[in-house]
Amino acid sequence: MKKTYKCEVDCANCAAKMEDAIKKLDGVVDARVNFMTQKLTLEAADDVYDTVLKEAVKACKKVEPDCEIEI
Amino acid sequence: MTMKMKKTRNRIIAVLIVFAILLVCEHTGLMDSLPKVAVFVIFLIPYLVIGYDVLRKAAINISHGQVFDENFLMMIATFGAFGIGEYSEAVAVMLFYQIGELFQSYAVGKSRKSIADMMSIAPEYANLENEAGEIEEVDPSDVEIGSILVIKPGEKIPVDGIVVEGDSFIDTSSITGESVPRRITEGADIISGCVNKDSVLRIKTTKKYEDSTVAKILELVENASNKKSRMENFITRFARYYTPVVTIGAVLLAIIPPILGLMPFSDSIKRACIFLIVSCPCALVISVPLGFFGGIGASSKKGILVKGSNYLEAIANVNTLVMDKTGTITKGEFKVKTIAVNPSANIDEEQLLKMAAHLEGFSNHPIAKSIQEAYEEKFSAKPDLSKVTDVKEYAGLGISAKYEDDEYFAGNFKLMSQNGIEADETTEPGTIVYIAKDKKYLGCIIISDTIKEGAAKAISDVKTSGVSRVVMLTGDSKKTAESVASEIGIDKVYYELLPADKVERVEELLNDASNKVAFVGDGINDAPVLMRADVGIAMGSLGSDAAIEAADIVLMDDDIRKISDVIRIARKTLRIVKQNIVFALFVKLLILVLGALGIATMWLAVFGDVGVAVIAILNSMRALED
Repeated sequence: MKKTYKCEVDCANCAAKMEDAIKKLDGVVDARVNFMTQKLTLEAADDVYDTVLKEAVKACKKVEPDCEIEI
Repeated sequence: MTMKMKKTRNRIIAVLIVFAILLVCEHTGLMDSLPKVAVFVIFLIPYLVIGYDVLRKAAINISHGQVFDENFLMMIATFGAFGIGEYSEAVAVMLFYQIGELFQSYAVGKSRKSIADMMSIAPEYANLENEAGEIEEVDPSDVEIGSILVIKPGEKIPVDGIVVEGDSFIDTSSITGESVPRRITEGADIISGCVNKDSVLRIKTTKKYEDSTVAKILELVENASNKKSRMENFITRFARYYTPVVTIGAVLLAIIPPILGLMPFSDSIKRACIFLIVSCPCALVISVPLGFFGGIGASSKKGILVKGSNYLEAIANVNTLVMDKTGTITKGEFKVKTIAVNPSANIDEEQLLKMAAHLEGFSNHPIAKSIQEAYEEKFSAKPDLSKVTDVKEYAGLGISAKYEDDEYFAGNFKLMSQNGIEADETTEPGTIVYIAKDKKYLGCIIISDTIKEGAAKAISDVKTSGVSRVVMLTGDSKKTAESVASEIGIDKVYYELLPADKVERVEELLNDASNKVAFVGDGINDAPVLMRADVGIAMGSLGSDAAIEAADIVLMDDDIRKISDVIRIARKTLRIVKQNIVFALFVKLLILVLGALGIATMWLAVFGDVGVAVIAILNSMRALED
């Protein structure tokens, strides 16, 4: 499953760091934090998707506490 | 400006005023009488007001193990300044950092908005007509297939459909880039995203909103910047090393010279702080995707959909353009080109066309149809088929029939010779239909596919934009292929190819690593070639899903002149991105060197961080213009 979420992030480098952090998580097939469109795209297997998503948000908050992800 | 930005702006203005007053006090000697601790506290207040969020973020990040973060770097740099007694410098650095950040987010927001505005093809509502004939405004995604929608002049068409009532002009420019309005009447297909210009239309929807052209295009463009260019990958990787390396440099610079007795700690720490300020990679990281985003925006404004930053990068480097013939260079429609009568037969051109149209009247073959069309155009009537009898079709050869008791043959040269008819074989390119009456040769009709308007200009433009070779692939005969090629200036032709042969030819070209190959096709039967080439460019044929799926770049209005446009936009985008990278790296390096030598001030270092970012953003915005 691949889904896109609105994601407020202030700087381009932070977006890159968030993306890296998500990609390192277990169960993530692919991820992209797009600074220009302010969107997070997350791809993961259907059965674990919700947990992966939660983990991804947590990981983002860790590297960039000011980011806002609308789920 | 968002609320967040307005708050920061107000904070900056307040601190700027306080800071100016403090500076005056400092320079007029008013503070000299105060104890050092008091001066420290006086400067600490504006510092905390302007920088508390930076400090807060830095603290949170450290607790998360994120050390090389720009907030943290700014914190250390300003703490360092405080530590060596440069109070005003510390406030100034934090203040200008915040000003720069504000500028930066304002500029990015602005460019984001102008790109979004340009792509504002999304319809906000649909006027749905219910069974009682009343109109209600609904969300386009709630419209079911087969619903009746009313579109008033000036409104966007929300969902793809068919016109059931009305006659109007529609502006397709947001979808195709074509500025001339298109006339639309009852029964015509209508594409979402276009704007109705003149009068009210009633349409019956044929697709759901999410399958409609407008939704598809929006999705494509939005996702385009998800595909990273090589340059963007490079720069994010670079940033990962750049910041730690410079930070380590700063630490060494602070410790080693004083240990060696070259300078006091206060001096070396000041220089190290400059390193820390310059070590933020944001200017580099932001300018690359922003430039590509602008380039993709500029392309879609012209009706060219680029499906990823990486494809924009690839098309800029293309040196070999391979084109399919039918449907790409030519219209894919057959037309009667010339009618040549046998001088010794007692017949004129009009009569010959008339005969041919009657003989071919029962056939559905594209060649037969083109003759019928030519007849209808000339005589404004359909051929009267009641006099045509005994029609016989010979597959791959032609037709024979009786007309007013005379026996006729119409077909290729082989058909003539098989029936013992002596025809003059013409050497002209195209498909040729020979016609004979009672075994006597009357003449022939030459049918050819028409070359698209502007094909020759498209080829010459592509060449001036830097492509060194244009190759044409076709399944047609040598004669036809070569005549088309020489007419529009193609360098090399491969003819009589089957679809699989086309892949092979492109692969041959790809084998030479110096070739960067783009393939242009209509996407119908050349999807494998589109995928195989470095860049696949498809004719969009306005909503043909197969083409949009297989290609990397889609020309929405099938105009091959747009190929040179997209190459030009891509080259410009790449140039801008490279300028940004070189400029940002150069300025940062320069400040690092000057900082290490003790020439640069902290103020200059702040410019090296945020100032460079703002300039790079402004430069990136040029990619949007064309």
